[in-house]
Amino acid sequence: MSNWALIIYCGLITYLTRFLMIALIKKEMFNNRVREVLSYVPSAIFPAIIFPAIFLDSSGSILVEDNPKIMAALIAALIGIFSRSIIATIFSGLASYWFLIFVV
Amino acid sequence: MKSNFKVFLKGIIDVSPLMIPVVPFGLIFGVLAIDIGFTPIETMAMSLIIFGGASQIVLLQLFSGGASSLVIISSVGAVNSRHLLYGAVVSEHLSDLKLIWKIIISYFLIDQAYAISNEYLKKNKYQNRYFHLVGAGATCWVIWQSTTFLGIMLGAAIPEKLGLSFAVPLTFLALLVNDFRKLINVIIIIVSGFVATLGYNYIPFKAYVIVAGLTGLLVAMILTKIVKSNE
Repeated sequence: MSNWALIIYCGLITYLTRFLMIALIKKEMFNNRVREVLSYVPSAIFPAIIFPAIFLDSSGSILVEDNPKIMAALIAALIGIFSRSIIATIFSGLASYWFLIFVV
Repeated sequence: MKSNFKVFLKGIIDVSPLMIPVVPFGLIFGVLAIDIGFTPIETMAMSLIIFGGASQIVLLQLFSGGASSLVIISSVGAVNSRHLLYGAVVSEHLSDLKLIWKIIISYFLIDQAYAISNEYLKKNKYQNRYFHLVGAGATCWVIWQSTTFLGIMLGAAIPEKLGLSFAVPLTFLALLVNDFRKLINVIIIIVSGFVATLGYNYIPFKAYVIVAGLTGLLVAMILTKIVKSNE
């Protein structure tokens, strides 16, 4: 598949998930139970992007020792828990990562 | 009843604080896409056509990992399934609108606009309250397109040594800050993360995003059920 086709299909599926419920829904279509479970989608999906990017090296093997990303991510998570600030989380993580690779 | 423009403006003002983290996110996306080998035009087209940070990053991540198109598209679909919830929640405020408005508003139904406009839609009953969502979405659109563009321009100028790709997991981590305090969410996060990491090399077709996501949702179903039956 060409890059262009890939981009367009990804755009279509993204748009459809946004449009479907607005266009088709009858109020009762989603009961509270389904809504409740769907509210966990970010917690269920985002870690699948977060964890491999932290724990795997560029060849895809698990790297725990001598991996500054783990410590930096932990610091970011802690800052996130206490500050509840998206921007503080990102920057504290990046700052600790740079500190660990350039200074320590 | 306020004028359409005033409601639109209120949407812009309300969503503005949420735009701060979108700036580095957009920059990173632009830089990474060029780094992976997409052309500037393709990169810009991704932001224009897909207009979804998480979807676009997942696309890049899986593309660079050599996943097939089918897996990339279905993973993007899995990441986007949260929009079904957003749509279902806001649809009750939009049910009287003409189809053309529904088509337009759907394009702008992104995380930040949903988060901020859902509150407004619940509290206000003006006929034209949906302009708030359009204002919030349009603001995010402008920020996302311009930071993507800047990222494309900066791409070559940012040294690889900085490890800017690490900002990707950090950004997603940051989107979960409000979930870290809830035990059910923390369990789901850990389960999904471990399934993805351990399964990265073993789950065929690089479908680890889908498998980990579904496992996480299954855990969510079980845990919420247990909590309910104990109440």
